Amino acid sequence: MAELRVNPTRMEMKKLQARYTTARRGHKLLKDKRDELMKQFLDVVREDKALRERVENSLDKFYRGFTVASAATNPQMLEEALICPKKTASIGVEYKNMMSVIVPRFDMNFTGANTGDGINYGMAFTSGELDASLSELNGIMEDLLRMSELEKTAQLLAEEIEKTRRRVNALEYIMMPQYLSAIKTIKMKLDENERGNTTRLMKVKDMMLKAQLEQKHGEEDE
Amino acid sequence: MYKIGIIGERDSVLGFMALGFSVHEAENASVAERLLHTLAKSGEYAIIYIVENYAVELENEIAKYKDVPLPAITVIPGMSGTNGYGMANIKSAAQRAVGADILFKD
Repeated sequence: MAELRVNPTRMEMKKLQARYTTARRGHKLLKDKRDELMKQFLDVVREDKALRERVENSLDKFYRGFTVASAATNPQMLEEALICPKKTASIGVEYKNMMSVIVPRFDMNFTGANTGDGINYGMAFTSGELDASLSELNGIMEDLLRMSELEKTAQLLAEEIEKTRRRVNALEYIMMPQYLSAIKTIKMKLDENERGNTTRLMKVKDMMLKAQLEQKHGEEDE
Repeated sequence: MYKIGIIGERDSVLGFMALGFSVHEAENASVAERLLHTLAKSGEYAIIYIVENYAVELENEIAKYKDVPLPAITVIPGMSGTNGYGMANIKSAAQRAVGADILFKD
């Protein structure tokens, strides 16, 4: 680990101590943030996983029905039946703040003449399987939307968690130890100076006493 | 108001027309890639569904939109059924966040 190079002064030490306190507070806050994000993320992912299983099953059923329908129907007829839907799906998007991660929330709206089932064609030239498979698809609309929402949320949260985790680790394993060791170095340097000073003073005092004694002896001898 | 787009091969996406999605057929992955970027950059789409077999090939392209709130690009299985790619996506998000796979240890 690269040592922080600092001047061994009291001023510098005070500055470093202040920075260490801030780092420690930041570390604690970020750790709390990470834990809470993780909790919410896991909830989202669990729900998403269950939803995806359900949606994939339903889609599978839909495709199966649709394949049968398209086999039984003239392809042109099939396209004709589907190409002109009487409804248009549009979504309103709201943003939600989830632990300072902005996540979208989708709200489905249909506009058009027939906003009910997905069947917008005459029954004469299409097979019954088509109706069934389309109503299956219609049934999972909400789930599809919710799944998109959850997956987006999960991706955004994952990014934020990754960032926060890096920050927490950088503070815990790089910044804080660096500050601590720099503070320790300065303290040791200062103590050393202090001891040097004391010894010097003692030495000087000794020398002065010696000089005084010698002077006294000299006077007595005379 | 935003639209919902879907990209995939003809057979897989035709049915979604009836739901009022804006359906975009792509006969191969490079067409799908072009469509994906056009739709995503138009700003009109909040959700773009993309069929699995193209999504696998366009993984890097899809990843570009991972960290922005819109559009949400969601992978759905196509006509040929699922190959688990959608689930693998959730798994990789979990891995990215947690650092280890803790949810899918089946």
